[in-house]
Amino acid sequence: MTDEHSHLPAEPGNDDASAPDTSLVPDEPIVNPGLPEHAWRPTDVDPKAERRAERQVATLFGLSAVCAVLFVVSYLVFDVNGGGDGETVQTVFGLGASNVALGVSLGLALMFIGIGLIQWARKLMGDHEIVEMRHPARSSDEDRTETVRVLNLGAEESGIARRPLVRNSLLLSVGVLLAPVVVLLKDLGKTNAEVIDEAAYPGAGLEHTVWTSGMRVVRDVVGTPIRPGDLEIGDLINAEPEIIFEVDEDGEHVLEGVHLQIAKSKAAVVLIRMDPDENKPAKGREDWAVDGILCYSKICTHVGCPISLNERKTHHLLCPCHQSTFDLADAAKVVFGPAARPLPQLPLMVNDEGYLVAQSDFKEPVGPSYWERDSQQSTSK
Amino acid sequence: MSIDTSKVAETNSTAATAKKPNRAGAIAEWADDRLGLATLAKKNLRKVFPDHWSFMLGEIALWSFVVLLLSGVFLSLWFNPSMGETTYEGSYAQLRGVEMSEAFASALRLSFDVRGGLLMRQIHHWAAMLFVASMMVHLLRVFFTGAHRKPRELNWAIGALLLLLGTLEGFTGYSLPDDLLSGTGIRAADGFLKSQPIVGTYMSFFLFGGEFPGTDIIPRLFIIHVLLIPGLLLALITAHMLLLVYHKHTQWPGPGRTEQNVVGFPMLPVYAAKAGGFFFIVFGTTALMGGLLSINPVWMYGPYDPSKVTAGSQPDWYMGWPDGALRIMPNLETHIWHHTISWNVLLPIIVLPMLMFTILLMLPFIESWITGDKRDHHLLQRPRNAPTRTATMVALMTMYGLFWAAGGNDIIAIRLHLSINQITYFMRAAVFIGPVIAFMITRRWCISLQRKDEQDLLHGYETGIIMRSPEGGYTERHLPLSPARAYTLTARDRDPDVLGELPGGPDANGVEPQGGLASRLAGVRHRLRKLMYADNVQKPSTAELEAAHHHAEHEHELQAPMEGHAADGHQFDGHHLVEGEKLRADD
Amino acid sequence: MSTLFLYLFLGLVAAGLVGALVSVAVLGQTVARAVRESRPWSVRRSLNGLAGRLSRHRRRPVAGLALMVLGLMLTGTLYAAFAPSSSAGSASSDEELVETGRNLFLVGCSTCHGQNGEGITTLEGDQLGPALAGVGAAAVDFQVGTGRMPAAQPGAQNPTKPVTYSDEEIKALAAFVASLGPGPSVPDPSDYSLAGLSEEEREEAVSRGGQIFLTNCTACHNFAGKGGAMPRGGNAPNLSDTSAKHIYEALLTGPGQMDTFSNGNLSPEEKRDVIAYLYSLREQPQYGGFDLGGMGPVSEGMFAWIVGIGSLVCFATWIAAHTARTSRRKDEAAA
Repeated sequence: MTDEHSHLPAEPGNDDASAPDTSLVPDEPIVNPGLPEHAWRPTDVDPKAERRAERQVATLFGLSAVCAVLFVVSYLVFDVNGGGDGETVQTVFGLGASNVALGVSLGLALMFIGIGLIQWARKLMGDHEIVEMRHPARSSDEDRTETVRVLNLGAEESGIARRPLVRNSLLLSVGVLLAPVVVLLKDLGKTNAEVIDEAAYPGAGLEHTVWTSGMRVVRDVVGTPIRPGDLEIGDLINAEPEIIFEVDEDGEHVLEGVHLQIAKSKAAVVLIRMDPDENKPAKGREDWAVDGILCYSKICTHVGCPISLNERKTHHLLCPCHQSTFDLADAAKVVFGPAARPLPQLPLMVNDEGYLVAQSDFKEPVGPSYWERDSQQSTSK
Repeated sequence: MSIDTSKVAETNSTAATAKKPNRAGAIAEWADDRLGLATLAKKNLRKVFPDHWSFMLGEIALWSFVVLLLSGVFLSLWFNPSMGETTYEGSYAQLRGVEMSEAFASALRLSFDVRGGLLMRQIHHWAAMLFVASMMVHLLRVFFTGAHRKPRELNWAIGALLLLLGTLEGFTGYSLPDDLLSGTGIRAADGFLKSQPIVGTYMSFFLFGGEFPGTDIIPRLFIIHVLLIPGLLLALITAHMLLLVYHKHTQWPGPGRTEQNVVGFPMLPVYAAKAGGFFFIVFGTTALMGGLLSINPVWMYGPYDPSKVTAGSQPDWYMGWPDGALRIMPNLETHIWHHTISWNVLLPIIVLPMLMFTILLMLPFIESWITGDKRDHHLLQRPRNAPTRTATMVALMTMYGLFWAAGGNDIIAIRLHLSINQITYFMRAAVFIGPVIAFMITRRWCISLQRKDEQDLLHGYETGIIMRSPEGGYTERHLPLSPARAYTLTARDRDPDVLGELPGGPDANGVEPQGGLASRLAGVRHRLRKLMYADNVQKPSTAELEAAHHHAEHEHELQAPMEGHAADGHQFDGHHLVEGEKLRADD
Repeated sequence: MSTLFLYLFLGLVAAGLVGALVSVAVLGQTVARAVRESRPWSVRRSLNGLAGRLSRHRRRPVAGLALMVLGLMLTGTLYAAFAPSSSAGSASSDEELVETGRNLFLVGCSTCHGQNGEGITTLEGDQLGPALAGVGAAAVDFQVGTGRMPAAQPGAQNPTKPVTYSDEEIKALAAFVASLGPGPSVPDPSDYSLAGLSEEEREEAVSRGGQIFLTNCTACHNFAGKGGAMPRGGNAPNLSDTSAKHIYEALLTGPGQMDTFSNGNLSPEEKRDVIAYLYSLREQPQYGGFDLGGMGPVSEGMFAWIVGIGSLVCFATWIAAHTARTSRRKDEAAA
């Protein structure tokens, strides 16, 4: 509209902006009164106020410098963790002194600069509002016409429209070029099927865990085997298969690194002992418990969080991530929350030495659902 | 191209002039001889930025991004993104001798053996929380004031992408230390991936380099976190800012402020000082927070172990709402032809966020389809002047907030002594009912505020002065608004008269619907237009205003005997001073 | 009529006995505790506790003091009249302790747990109080020692309250309940103390305790022991102020909905290590600043919004606010 003015910023005193807008749309009920007259600040008219503001700003900058020096001093004075000796850690009100001192001094140093700059702008810098005219976002009609003409010229000169063979073969080659891109990504990881085929580590693949027939159930962290008599009614043990802690004749762990993590992520279980009368075993699982000791996968069937918030009296196991609740006395059926399937149960028995062992691996894949879960389950059986 | 120093001198009073070259001037000349910067600078150094607190919300996001870059570089000097196994022997006694990944060990080293490392970790984390939060409040400001309308729709879309990328950047970032909490998050993410039909298992195995957890996820997340997403963010932020400069900032209507101009402070010096100062304030705030408020104490969580978990396992706040949806989702799962579809995971965590993001991205386009408004808009609307739009965003916010609260249901349960189960049941209904109620209340509220504006324009504002007429009747004295205020209230568009339109008639572009889908769409559009506009209060026309003022004059005549009386109501509005005024006639 | 009289008489005697025990125990213990912890308010709290036992409804400090003086005078007289001169008031022998406990039990516990601790089930089938045979002295010491018992009302979960019984009384109650059937006894301080271990062994114990804690406990009690939510309104309590003895007893007996961690489940050394780890968390400084409740990302998010965004919006408002203006003009001022 007012293109010719667009690059003429209206500086203070320029009358264009403060004049009432005369180009009124007919039904505008009230006339634009125009920019109000500039009102001066005390710092503009009062040299004393001006000097005071100056001093304020300088003080703020000075304080910032002081804080920056304090930062350096704190860096040199305070240890983060007393070289590991917990008793020598310096504290302020029970907080780690190093972090607090560094954070506060750095924070204030920055803050004072910021506040000083803004105070400077608010009190001392020229504060006349100025007016700039807008221009429409679109290009002018001439520019548009010219661009279209040049584009057409390009298309014409290249002959892309006249030579369909060239054009289409180019499109084809670029399309096929996608194949190398996709193929290159294949080695991001082995697929489930490949993992199972290779069986490079015990319990490979989503359908298997490291549990095997006769493997002892051991306490997590300490790795000690468990006799049924160790547990009282109401006891809950976070347990693992023995292979997690197993050491070979050279003193090396059988499972290490990633294989250990993969094994743990599927094989972790909870052992719970309840009054045998309270347990309602599912069909075909009557002999999976030993003296009221039941063993369930600890991996939630929702999205796979380890799950061990047990309510002793109700035998309800709650997942802390999304609150799926399973009734352990009723084949770990879901009684609440977003999980759709019961926790898989590990069949237990007692071996010759009197320790709790697994009868076999889990009879179904543990952990969250996935697309092929049912089909692979049926083929693997 | 020679430098036009006289022009620079005119627009930039602090720069060197040709008359008196100094060292800075010489450098500027040297640079301009090679880069021709003056041409660009003369246009932009006095670029006008309007001043309003709500225009600085986006700046918080920008500056916290800069803080993130600075602190992130520091962290990357020590952080070791490896899942190789190591035995911790560092300063933190409680974990000494524990097996952990090198990533976690280096996070501990940063926290306990690098001075200032813990501070930088905490600054980085707090700045990340503020980055996403400020993007979100900025987005709300833009939508509530109508700043997303033409010509700024594309900048809205860029902003929405920034929000999405910022969220992903946050997730990849807080997953890196490989502590128990972040590992639990990655474990859940593995479950999310696996829930997708057909490709789910492949996606999981490709991402983790085999079976979960593998050894690849931390290095991969690291490169996504420090290179891929920051690069995209940087590019999009640049585009966002360039478009802002090109379009020039929107402004609130007011005397002298029109669609054709922009009134405010020049880039140099005032705006530069204020924006620069604000950067230091944002940085200072995050530093203070990093120094005083503990965030993500990874040493308490310990290293990730797939068999361990902690109560209160939550993602950072910006991932909280889909997590809430996941928590309240009923447990639907379909087993069909030997295949499993986990609706209980798929819908809340994959479909819902994608749907919400698409809606967010499309909002300006949906609105302009409904309104048919193809004009450029540079003056902001007050939220009350677009009641349906305001109510739509409030409804979306309500839904977001309820999902969000559902994501913290366990914390709410212990802090407020409620039952998780009941909170969950309540939320299942509330996420649908709450937004509807919020929509209706907000819309009506806005319309009432419009009525109030109309009242003020027509009959003046309420002075709070009660007048008693000679007959003994009591009235409140109303006084006319100041011209500037009255103009500001009327400086808005008149809404189209939707009730006069025919549902099947030509739309704003004069296109006749052709029947079938097109006509059904036209019907939907007409209904939406009615919802959008029909109940709004329009600003008074000139005639209405005159009639009202005429009426007011009549009233003033009636009150004339009291004119000049001390209680004419003008003592309090600055029309004349109170000093020396008799407050009672009989004094 | 005579039965009523008998009950009254028995009650009086019981009250006298209780009073005698209490007054001796409380006085000695109060002073000892106050000196030990040098916490001046602990004296008043104990006095209030006594007053509370004598009169549930009068808990103001002055009333407490007055009641205590009254109680002392009364019980002193009774004590002088009835006490055998040799035993000097402390119920030393086991049978006496059990007997005292039984009397306390009949007054304070039998309404819900039955006169012989057999438990009471209401007509609707709800359990008013569970049977106590076999729960052991540890359970009593935990439940009564943390104020969970006597419960204000029967419910799924009994919250902690100010402790109502004195240590001597708790000991008596525990002895009585232990006599009902074999169960875990109150642990000895040496069970949960790291004394006697070398520096290296201690460190190892703490870090092992941390791993056991993160495996077995954090799922309910959270990574910092700050507690968490359980189904249907229950909660796993905050462990920040729980004493080592009570943690040990809770592990042994599984109070409320908590699983038991009997010695066959978690060995005594492992329990000790867990406690050592929890104490190490208490003693370590909050390295990164205030812990915001130790509730994880939810409270962090709240602080990001309220403190972070809140303060930055305040700054933005200040930056954009209009500065003070004057009616004077610059040219006037210059003139």
